[in-house]
Amino acid sequence: MKVNKKLYMARSPRIAARRLGEEMLVMSGQGSTLFTLNPTATILWQAADGATPLDEIVERRICSEFEVKPEEALRDAEALAADLAKHGILLISDEPMPKPVASVQESR
Amino acid sequence: MSVLMQEMNDRALRLGVPLSVQLDLTYRCNEKCVHCYLDHDDYGEMTTAEIKHLLREMAEAGVFILTLSGGEIFMRKDFFEILECARSLTFCIKLKTNAVLIREAQAARIRELGVESIQVSIYSHRPEVHDAITKVPGSLQRSINAIRFLKSQGLKVIIANVLMTENMQDYHGVRALAAELGTDCTLDPTVTPMMDGDRSVLDLNAGESALRNLFRDQAFVGNADEFCALPSPPDEESMGSLPCSAGHTACYVSPYGEFYPCVQFPLSCGNVREKRFIDIWRDSEQLKEVRSIRLRDLSSCSQCAHGSTCTRCPGLAFLEGNMRGPSTADCEKSFARTGIPSANLLAKKEKVSAPRLVQIQLVPAITGSRLAEMSSSASAVGAYALLR
Repeated sequence: MKVNKKLYMARSPRIAARRLGEEMLVMSGQGSTLFTLNPTATILWQAADGATPLDEIVERRICSEFEVKPEEALRDAEALAADLAKHGILLISDEPMPKPVASVQESR
Repeated sequence: MSVLMQEMNDRALRLGVPLSVQLDLTYRCNEKCVHCYLDHDDYGEMTTAEIKHLLREMAEAGVFILTLSGGEIFMRKDFFEILECARSLTFCIKLKTNAVLIREAQAARIRELGVESIQVSIYSHRPEVHDAITKVPGSLQRSINAIRFLKSQGLKVIIANVLMTENMQDYHGVRALAAELGTDCTLDPTVTPMMDGDRSVLDLNAGESALRNLFRDQAFVGNADEFCALPSPPDEESMGSLPCSAGHTACYVSPYGEFYPCVQFPLSCGNVREKRFIDIWRDSEQLKEVRSIRLRDLSSCSQCAHGSTCTRCPGLAFLEGNMRGPSTADCEKSFARTGIPSANLLAKKEKVSAPRLVQIQLVPAITGSRLAEMSSSASAVGAYALLR
């Protein structure tokens, strides 16, 4: 029987971030690399509180707003999470990460 | 600036977001640099609570890059409390410091808090030159020690080298020092007037011949032929271009809460102790005026051959008396770079010729016949030279 592990994501405390219009500017502490997250990635990134599993985030925040199959959205979200983790922007774990993370201010 | 950062800047401009702010935490300093533009007395700096409140307002307004500078930032006992607050608001933090108060513990804390970069002022690789500029014996060694502490924490350090008459010959040595320490290095051959308008420090600016040599040094400018290429007259597109980011996507707040378009542009737009940051940013009449200015509106520069390639600083122009006027320091750089005098320099030369003849007439020691002799000489400048 295949057991799907839950994936938890938390924003790295070492990044700088600010919302600019519909996108999120993120500066990685690793090599001062600047990233921009598109609106969908921004939703995921903002929901990365270390406590909510990724499948729940996808179901509540992505599938409710976009016409996409849950399994397809989850696959994309896992790939994105792995990519952001590789750049030090997100921390990922198969267990909840209780440490609170900084909130991100909305720009006007 | 990276392509992505340029794109973000363009987007911030369209959205009216202040992407980048320099906040000076204090004007107090433990060095007394000969060229400094600040009054180092404390006339009532913002309190810790006021600064934290301001940081929250700036984060809400969309500020992303926050440069903390001074004065010397480590002169504030609450510096790390302020830095912690700023990082909890996820600013991208850059620090400007002379670093002499940074030891292992401070470097480790800076690393822990995720600061993006630390800019350290170094004027020469030779203690006798650097310490004479800072007027603090031993300051070069202490700054170098601090840079080593910061580098050992894996932090990005940038050496900032302001060039002036005192240290013009040492920039190769500073670059070699930067390479040895594993830091970036920036050179800036501009001494700016005091914020109160006192221009006496400008005597420290490197002369034209030193600038000319610097601008032909491949190690400094890369392709010197390209850098010193003759300017092409401004086209319609450049006539509509913005002078710089001051007041458009960037601004400055002093330790007393005064809001300026830029640290080099002391046009008061309001005070964050009296008004919300975002309200000043959006509604200040002074900022609206700064934002309205395009190259075509600049009386002298729009007619100048260097119009589209000049590094004209609107703040320095303001300090000369007219934010729509030229910045002579930048005219001098354009001239040193290309050998072509700017419209402003040509006008100044013409002005100098006439009034100085008048000045000759006012010198009481000159007899009538001598004055007649001078006035009849072919060149007014020549006549003035005779007098000197």
